[in-house]
Amino acid sequence: MQLVLEKRAERSGTIALVSPLIAIGLTIVTMVILFAILGKNPLLALHAYFIAPLTDGYSLQEIAVKATPLVMIAIGLSLCYLANAWNIGAEGQFLIGAVAGSWIAVKTQGTDAGAWVLPAMLILAASAGALYALIPAICKVKFGASEILTSLMLVYVADLFLDYLVRGPWRDPHGFNFPTTAEFDPVATVPLLIEGGRLHLGSIIALLVVAAAVILLGRTIKGFEIRVVGAAPRAARFGGFNADQLIILTFAVSGALAGLAGIIEVAGPVGHLQPGISPGYGFTAIIVAFLGRLNPLGILIAGLFLALTFIGGEQAQIAMKIPLDVTKVFQGILLFYVLACDSLILYRFKLVFPNRQVTRGAG
Amino acid sequence: MRKSLLALAAGLFLAGNVSATSAADKLKVGFIYVGPIGDLGWTYQHDLGRQALVKELGDKIETTYLENVPEGPDAERSIEQLVRAGNKLIFTTSFGYMDSTLKVAKKYPNVHFEHATGYKRNPNMSTYSAKWYQGRYIQGLIAAKMSKSGVLGYIGSFPIPEVVSGINATMLAAQTINPNIKVKIIWANTWFDPGKEADAAKALIDQGADVIMQHTDSPAAMQIASERGKLAFGQDSEMIKFGPKTQLTSILDTWGPYYIERVKAELAGTWKSEDTWGGLDSHMFAMAPYTNMPDDAKKMAEDAQAAITAGKLHPFKCPIVGQDGKPVECKGGDRLDDGQILGMNFYVKGIDDKLPGK
Repeated sequence: MQLVLEKRAERSGTIALVSPLIAIGLTIVTMVILFAILGKNPLLALHAYFIAPLTDGYSLQEIAVKATPLVMIAIGLSLCYLANAWNIGAEGQFLIGAVAGSWIAVKTQGTDAGAWVLPAMLILAASAGALYALIPAICKVKFGASEILTSLMLVYVADLFLDYLVRGPWRDPHGFNFPTTAEFDPVATVPLLIEGGRLHLGSIIALLVVAAAVILLGRTIKGFEIRVVGAAPRAARFGGFNADQLIILTFAVSGALAGLAGIIEVAGPVGHLQPGISPGYGFTAIIVAFLGRLNPLGILIAGLFLALTFIGGEQAQIAMKIPLDVTKVFQGILLFYVLACDSLILYRFKLVFPNRQVTRGAG
Repeated sequence: MRKSLLALAAGLFLAGNVSATSAADKLKVGFIYVGPIGDLGWTYQHDLGRQALVKELGDKIETTYLENVPEGPDAERSIEQLVRAGNKLIFTTSFGYMDSTLKVAKKYPNVHFEHATGYKRNPNMSTYSAKWYQGRYIQGLIAAKMSKSGVLGYIGSFPIPEVVSGINATMLAAQTINPNIKVKIIWANTWFDPGKEADAAKALIDQGADVIMQHTDSPAAMQIASERGKLAFGQDSEMIKFGPKTQLTSILDTWGPYYIERVKAELAGTWKSEDTWGGLDSHMFAMAPYTNMPDDAKKMAEDAQAAITAGKLHPFKCPIVGQDGKPVECKGGDRLDDGQILGMNFYVKGIDDKLPGK
């Protein structure tokens, strides 16, 4: 008897829907075993991870704050990935957006600049992110350079550029040489939504972005083009869709969203520009995009779920002294199971029995 | 089967709740660490301090820590999470937590905060640090004595005053032994990244340095120096097991006594916002045994340590000449005053390097 993977004749729609649930289920089972091995009460640990953060307003706000950049970036990335354009450099576009927006904040610091400052920062950040993303897109279209490599490498360029600015020209003169700009003026900060909390306007913008993506993909010709070019490039060519144009478009949109997420993070929860403004949001968003099955609503849920694991992991560390590394293991296991379960959409398990009748006939 | 599982589940929950209530009347003390507790350097020493605290006052307090908390947007949330978990005294143990700590402190006036190595305070937020430049001065003497090439290698973390004053103290001491001593400086731009730290150590040795000193937190540089047969100083922590034939000495952060003192004050209700900056005399840090050096070098180091402890020798004794060749103003009479050291953003003469951002 043998267990083999057999390719399905077509994608299984049912599995596509249940596969993330199976993945989460398997992750939870694995974590329970892991908690037990660590000598922690698995039920309390799961409670700290998944239930406790959902039970008070403060943690809910923090989940939204953490999910905001992830969702915004992942929505943009999903458009790229649907169109078969592989933007891996959202982290760099995030940083460049943060830098461009901060430029206005730094230059208007201490002046009596008015309410135009924040909108201008958001617009400039989105434009800069888009332009930065266009570099790999154009290299791809004009020269056939792999956008995976070029977009990834531009992350390091952005990182070092930011580093240079906050250590040199933009450094806070009263900051004891520490690499950071001065705190932004109130007109250059993203307004908070709830007094005493950290929930900010950016979360609303993220929701608007999700809604726009739902409409774009579900209701417009452009959205249809994006999906056809990705799923059936030959059919798209016959249909007269221009794949190159779509690479440019999706890269620009995803760069703009990453840039916007960057300035919102800097002008929101951080309050000034410094190195380390992103704990890898641009890369985590790739996980969010796939966990959400490249679907805007799926991404919203996936972003919130991943944020929940961060906040829950922290609470587990406080309440049960579970090491931080376990949270990282947890996220790794989750991604592993999601990818593993996804193979079931295209393949199925089949038991293969050696043909006994033949053997018997011979005997 | 299902019933017994449910019963088991209920039992587990109850067990958890019981242990939670018994801890409720103890004072909760929280710690935020910038590295992993296994960094064997900065964070490790803070955790040793926490463990000393638990050993001394374990029946009256309960401690909690969050490790590896980045000095960015997550820090504020992590600190606030500790407040919300009921911690009444919270130690935030890295410079980069300064603004986050202050924000949370202003929001929760009834919780007390202790921020390591910063300069912003509040009625409910103290700062504490150590005069490590005293230890750096002793290391500078040893380094100059031991270096054959006359080139020291220095791995900097961030060009903040604490680090810059360490470099200056080292060089002022080294110049008293060898006026032509050179120092090569590499800024790692991180407190903890063993890979980067190791690369920096390799680059420094390739440039001719034969004594490696560091202001980053892992033993990586010690290991590289050991592999290459060079000498090195540990940082924050005893690192001799990473270089038994390499370590000359190490500045050992000894936070335990301070943590115990502050928690006792909190328990007694006498905690006040203070600015603590202790040196060798107040045991905020100690020097590891002087090893891998001849007896005369050892004696020189011990004498210097005794003189500094007794207040007879001050590393920043005037006259001090800046990199630009001009004498530095002496605000402390015959030496630089504390403000000048705490805000130090210049190199002394003889350092052949440009301070980043200058």
